[in-house]
Amino acid sequence: MGGLEDLVDAYAVTVLNGLARGLVLFLIAVGLSLIFGLMDVLNLAHGAVFLLGGYAAVQLAPTGDGFLVALAVAAVLGLLLGGGMAAAVRPIAGRRGHLDQALLTLGASYVLAEIAAIVWGDGYYSPLAPPAVASSVTVLGQAFPAYRLVVIVVGLVLALAVYLLFERTQIGALVRATVADRGMVASLGVNTTVVLVGVFAVGTALAAVGGVLGAPILTVRPGIDRQVLLLALITVVIGGLGSIRGALIGALLIGQVEALGVALLPQFAAFLLFGAMAAVLLVRPAGLFGSLAEAR
Amino acid sequence: MNAPWVRRALPALVLVLLAAAPFLLNGFRLRLLTEVLIFGLLAASLDLLVGYTGLTSLGHALGFGVSAYATGIVATRLIANASLTLLAGVAAAVLVSLVTGALAVRARGVYFLMLTLAFGQLAFSLADTWTPVTGGSNGLSLPVFQLVPGAEGGLLSGVVGFYYYTLVAFVLGYAALRRVVSSPFGLALVGIRENEARMRAVGYAVQGYKLAAYCTAGALAGYAGALYAQQQRFVSPGLAGFETSALALVMVIIGGRGTLVGPVLGAGVVLLLRDELSTRFEEWQLVLGVVFIAIVYFLPRGLAAALRQRRAVA
Repeated sequence: MGGLEDLVDAYAVTVLNGLARGLVLFLIAVGLSLIFGLMDVLNLAHGAVFLLGGYAAVQLAPTGDGFLVALAVAAVLGLLLGGGMAAAVRPIAGRRGHLDQALLTLGASYVLAEIAAIVWGDGYYSPLAPPAVASSVTVLGQAFPAYRLVVIVVGLVLALAVYLLFERTQIGALVRATVADRGMVASLGVNTTVVLVGVFAVGTALAAVGGVLGAPILTVRPGIDRQVLLLALITVVIGGLGSIRGALIGALLIGQVEALGVALLPQFAAFLLFGAMAAVLLVRPAGLFGSLAEAR
Repeated sequence: MNAPWVRRALPALVLVLLAAAPFLLNGFRLRLLTEVLIFGLLAASLDLLVGYTGLTSLGHALGFGVSAYATGIVATRLIANASLTLLAGVAAAVLVSLVTGALAVRARGVYFLMLTLAFGQLAFSLADTWTPVTGGSNGLSLPVFQLVPGAEGGLLSGVVGFYYYTLVAFVLGYAALRRVVSSPFGLALVGIRENEARMRAVGYAVQGYKLAAYCTAGALAGYAGALYAQQQRFVSPGLAGFETSALALVMVIIGGRGTLVGPVLGAGVVLLLRDELSTRFEEWQLVLGVVFIAIVYFLPRGLAAALRQRRAVA
């Protein structure tokens, strides 16, 4: 008696864990996706920004106090870095193709990751959750860290905010129009450079915020930038480049695959991830929500 | 300065210099040069995809890593013969390329890049987790390879001997690539890069050509991977992973895509920089990153193009 219920309860916790990870992943993936959709730039330095966000939490809120300060600092840092990178990429965007951008952003990721390594060394850091939510709550008879529930809520709110901003506001309409036809928008008298730099900055800031939010869940350490970048790339490809809905669905999917995979078949977790991506791409070559025109 | 005889004499001069290298360089440098030749082959084979066919792969370490492991497994379990393990490595790389390539060439642009990246990471994960066969994250240590069966401690145990073995292998591999790109097949690949729709309209089986290019590049990457396993006498999962693939792509970009010789130069520059910087600075990755960024702005078409321009001006 109760065997099945226990199993369901155990998986409920796993599903919640996957949800929290998936939403952190969304914050990273959505910027990557928008920056690609808008500027045709595959930003390989995106993971390094997440890493810096994580170290902001390590530096400013190691015990959980000052968590909001860390969030604010990371957001500002992300805005500045994103704006800077947009300016750096602009002269070579479009004209010279993806290879130069790959080299440029790869170089930037080396620089950022190495600066982080100089300041924080190669230690493993796990900053604590803010004291107000450091306890655990009972979910379906299982103890579950309250902080992860907070991450889920904050993640959902941010996802909704990004979605509404993009789909339901004037600014969002401008950005979508710029994605569709930059030349036409420019000819209507809009300064598209501002739009491009703005999206790059906001997308990068979201990744930095994701770094702070994710820090108490993941361990902040050198090399996590590469891991996170790969996960975000997979997410974006599964969801479809340039699509916010796609980034959300892809991130939630990857979060579940990761959490369930680690719980059920730890040795094959990586295969599940890349297998899921290969399967999606074979059925829908442009991802779940991508337009085929991009893949052509 | 750009007279025809220079162009004809230059390869011979380079070859003479390479042959004389053991008398000019110390053991440490000679080891590095051996590595440059091996990675030069890897980068040049990637150039067949990136520069000639227009397919940007971020998983070119797949063939390299699979072949290195095949070499290692054959060497530790069956026989540590240089040519047999090389053959096994290339065969494994071609096999893996056929399977993954059939899927990858259906995608284009960034999606091709992502699929190849995924395949490379899959190989990395397999090498990392399939401990009974691959040794897991500890990797495999390999014995000294022999050129002829039964020869004890043979030619390949010394730095100089191995260098000459690699040099011969490099010249053969590079010549094969040169032949491929100047053949009708190679010209068709350039046609696909320039205008795929037209090539299809003219009647070329574009997917078939892409798959053939992918497998040829994979075979050469495997060739380089087997050589690398034989030189290092150690294989680890990283050989198949993102870092190796990204390094190979950086070599192609720095050297100049679509030139074959450029990526070999790129391999030399990147490995030399890495060695020099890592012995001098603790923060060598920082400097390497800055160099990458600078190259994007100041050497837009790679080293090979810059050298050619300089020569044309002089």
